[in-house]
Amino acid sequence: MEKSVVFNNKLLPYLLLIPQLIITFVFFYWPASQAVKQSFLREDAFGLNSEFVGLENYQSLFADPGYYKSMLVTVIFSSLVAALSLSIALLFATQADKNLKAAGAYKTLMIWPYAVAPAVAGVLWIFMFHPTLGTLARPLRWMSFDWNPLLNGSHAMALVVMAAVWKQISYNFLFFLAGLQSIPKSVLEAGAIDGAGPMRRFWTITFPLLSPTTFFLLVVNVVYVFFDTFGIIDAVTGGGPAGATTTMVYKVFADGRLGGDLGGSAAQSVVLMVIVIALTAVQFRYVERRVQY
Amino acid sequence: MVEHRPWTNIIAYAILTFGVFIVAFPVYLALIASTHDAATVVGGNMPLTPGGHALDNYYRAIFVGGSRAIREPVGRMLLNSFISAIGIALGKIFISILSAYAVVYFRFPFRKTAFWIIFITLMLPVEVRIYPTYKVIADLKMLDTYAGLILPLIASATGTLLFRQFFMTIPEELLEASRIDGAGPFRFFWDTLLPLSVTTIAALFVIQFIYGWNQYLWPLLITTQDSMQTIVTGIKKMLYTTDELAEWQLAMATAILAMLPPVAVVVIMQRLFVRGLVETEK
Repeated sequence: MEKSVVFNNKLLPYLLLIPQLIITFVFFYWPASQAVKQSFLREDAFGLNSEFVGLENYQSLFADPGYYKSMLVTVIFSSLVAALSLSIALLFATQADKNLKAAGAYKTLMIWPYAVAPAVAGVLWIFMFHPTLGTLARPLRWMSFDWNPLLNGSHAMALVVMAAVWKQISYNFLFFLAGLQSIPKSVLEAGAIDGAGPMRRFWTITFPLLSPTTFFLLVVNVVYVFFDTFGIIDAVTGGGPAGATTTMVYKVFADGRLGGDLGGSAAQSVVLMVIVIALTAVQFRYVERRVQY
Repeated sequence: MVEHRPWTNIIAYAILTFGVFIVAFPVYLALIASTHDAATVVGGNMPLTPGGHALDNYYRAIFVGGSRAIREPVGRMLLNSFISAIGIALGKIFISILSAYAVVYFRFPFRKTAFWIIFITLMLPVEVRIYPTYKVIADLKMLDTYAGLILPLIASATGTLLFRQFFMTIPEELLEASRIDGAGPFRFFWDTLLPLSVTTIAALFVIQFIYGWNQYLWPLLITTQDSMQTIVTGIKKMLYTTDELAEWQLAMATAILAMLPPVAVVVIMQRLFVRGLVETEK
């Protein structure tokens, strides 16, 4: 939809756009293009000279088993976090949708973890499950389970997954609740009159009608796991032990740290950009389709 | 209600109470840890009831810093976090309301191009271009400055899209009426558009304040002096000290202080928060 009545100043609109365009060019397009450029270069150890090496950075990236490992870690991490946080949030949202007297209070009590910084969430969870002083690690020890997320890769992964899920439930809960509340009650009543019980109604009526929300949340959650969990991983495991929790984004950070492998890090950035653009494109195609509903 | 079955409500209350328990427990534990002394916390047998060192821990965390390590007190970090979070929120609102105004209420060559140039920034969060952005900041001599903490994070399209969407819903008659009354673009913006946008501005402020406050990777990279670090980046440094035991009780007090402002914003301004969250995702 376009406005038919507008101002016809010639210069003013450009002046209004200038602040945003300057910020965008200086801190967005310029660095992004530098990342692309850098991915074709190799710098010497002192960063004084750089030479054009073509696709060499990409070749060594895709020849590096560590990179495939980080891809695998990312896939495992994102599917676990998305599956768990979506299903737990959906369970809570369906209960909160039940016309309870205290529904408002429960909503407030469920959504505040959204405001907790990922890095802080990570600190809370490593404290709870710290092998020597964690309050919840103690019962695990009593069951003579050798819990140690600082040394054992799967334990470390379990811990970052739990922290990331904990942080994401509130967001998914909010959107699921909104989605549930927009389903017309008459449809559910019709189902009830036809003799469908609550479970049957949920799986044959509510769940299919909720699928746009679910799909939207799926994409948002994957993007969340890609980028916003950096703080959690850095606080809980620092990518370790032995790269067991090094996701692709964490590897960009770790490989380029202290002027390390900047070319390789830049090549990874470019690969990530391509993945994110693909994800966003999927999201927008879906948004367009939703408009037609 | 489709049908009345008392037991479904009981189950619902049970599940929700369990959910709230899961959500609250990690924070409760941190709160408890921040009221005990170092030995109790590190011993691994910390009780689940508050201890008597709360005042002492919070006083030391905020004003003194760690006892063994030379470390910046949290008071300074809180100030840095406030300045950068408010700077990011206001900066984003300022640049995006102006650009949305230009895109919606004016016709000019390259209007669509300008919109797309801004729109594409949605796709690439700062995490994928950290080192080149770091280099830009270093070249501009903005390391360890508030400008360096704030400016790169306001380069994003969310605000512009939100305001654009909102401006589209404002009836055209308002602009016609203002023009008949002789109002120019400044007058219309100031007297009509801005007052109508107050709720949208507030909702965006709430979301962006939380976003800015919770930044981690960016402040971690560009602050080298302890006096410039934000509270979220400061906590981790308390845990992974190289040569002495981490003071968990102070770290937990700091964690509580770090989550207090954004959580308070969500709880107190819940309606604006929900609105902002839903609208920025559209």
